[in-house]
Amino acid sequence: MYDTIIIGAGMSGLAAGIRLAYFEQRVCILERHTTIGGLNSFYRMRGRDYDVGLHALTNITPRGTKRGPLARLLKQLRLTRDELQIAPQLGSEVVFPGVRLRFSNDFELLRAEIAREFPQQIDNFERVVSEIVEYDDLDESHQAVSARQKLGEIISEPLLIEMFFCPLMFYGSAREHDMDWGQFSIMFRSIFMEGLGRPYAGVRLILKHLVRKFRGLGGELKLRSGVERLAVEGGRVCGVVLDSGEELRADRVLSSAGWLETMRMCDDGQPVSHRGAGQLSFCETIATLDVQPEKIGHRSTITFFNDSKKFSWKKPDEPCDVHSGVICSPNNFDYGGQRLEEGTMRITALANFDYWNDLSEYDYEMEKLRWYDRITDSGVRFVPDYRHRVIDTDMFTPATVVRFTGHEGGAIYGTPEKQFDGRTHLDNLFVCGTDQGFVGIVGSIVSGISMANRHCLKG
Amino acid sequence: MTEGDIREEILDILESIAPDEDLTQIDDGVNFRDQLELDSMDFLDIVMELRKRHRIQIPEDDYVQLASMKSTVTFLEPLMKDIERV
Repeated sequence: MYDTIIIGAGMSGLAAGIRLAYFEQRVCILERHTTIGGLNSFYRMRGRDYDVGLHALTNITPRGTKRGPLARLLKQLRLTRDELQIAPQLGSEVVFPGVRLRFSNDFELLRAEIAREFPQQIDNFERVVSEIVEYDDLDESHQAVSARQKLGEIISEPLLIEMFFCPLMFYGSAREHDMDWGQFSIMFRSIFMEGLGRPYAGVRLILKHLVRKFRGLGGELKLRSGVERLAVEGGRVCGVVLDSGEELRADRVLSSAGWLETMRMCDDGQPVSHRGAGQLSFCETIATLDVQPEKIGHRSTITFFNDSKKFSWKKPDEPCDVHSGVICSPNNFDYGGQRLEEGTMRITALANFDYWNDLSEYDYEMEKLRWYDRITDSGVRFVPDYRHRVIDTDMFTPATVVRFTGHEGGAIYGTPEKQFDGRTHLDNLFVCGTDQGFVGIVGSIVSGISMANRHCLKG
Repeated sequence: MTEGDIREEILDILESIAPDEDLTQIDDGVNFRDQLELDSMDFLDIVMELRKRHRIQIPEDDYVQLASMKSTVTFLEPLMKDIERV
């Protein structure tokens, strides 16, 4: 008998687990996969370490900052900044035809870039910034205002609006074409006004700290333990049944499996409330180089690119949409004298889940090779050509996203309709993680913490 | 515990919740929120730490009593007076 069972050992589940175990609950985290991390996991292949999700942590405020999501999560999990060893980015950019906007963890750079590239818009930009600053992210009302509409009322240069949407949508919009103003504000702050960073050892380090902390507090973690169904009696969950048939009982269940995925687990015959499944998924190419990227002239941490003036954020008709993408080099963080042994270039592009899911095993391997080349050919239009320095490659597709996250349709950011209060039709079943509302590593951790606080600790 | 002991215990809890705050300058009569960077999650932690350390249950309606050091000590005194200081 547990006080709380948590479904999913991703960032949100682990963070929630730490909170509950710290305050002496009997907690068990159940994970279907053979490893932890969910979307933000890692693997090893041909002697090399790879991260699955992580490009960079967002919300990287300077040391000693007492406000903001990063400060909040460190306090809530009783972690120190040093434990996460966050190295700041060198500097990133958004590149559209004829325009390059650079940004770093110093917001003044973006200001100066906008003043240079879009001098007519600088006052309008400041108006947008002041509205974003005022937005309260703990306010539940989460203004379901269209960010497109709101920005269109203030900024009169459509290209600049597209250049904001490109990075913010890539890093966290579950919705096609548009974002909610609240989500836009949160993402804008976390990426442009706070900043990007990465631990030298990648996502492993963060996960290692979270798991060690959770277990050290007496929490139980069961891998290869998928939940087959939630046993419901009289409007309450009384326990879970694992794929193996084993039954576990708990006073409450907190699920990070996704909204639809969680609803389908309930065995009460309740019709699954209609909520659109997320449509957006990714392919990512990963190239290992025999050289540090800076040696071939590439110093950008993250390059968001789009090859026309209009940015398209929707499920592509093609297997991948190579018109836009995100190029990340984990080498280009300031590791304080240390450097990663090998060069790495990763390119993320929108992908069509159905296409990748329906392929035979043979075709899947062939298509991976074909689209690896197409995505890379597209990316090197925006960064120095690194193709002649590649010594190893890998690629993940929407099918990989399903394997790590269990999200229907490989939906990288889950459903577009979030459940901000984390409640469900059952009194003691709650959701956290991607479908609760916050995305990214920091966002997921904050989601786990706040849902644990609100639904599992009080009373 | 005396009021002085309770005050020390609250300082210790604040130290664990917000290690970067300077707690030496706290004005007991002023709201915590006005002199420290505490949000609602931190107030929950004060309540939870008291429960964990001393088995004191504070209903949600009474969280407002924890606004300042003075009001907190006054509120906790009857609940903690029989607790031995460790």
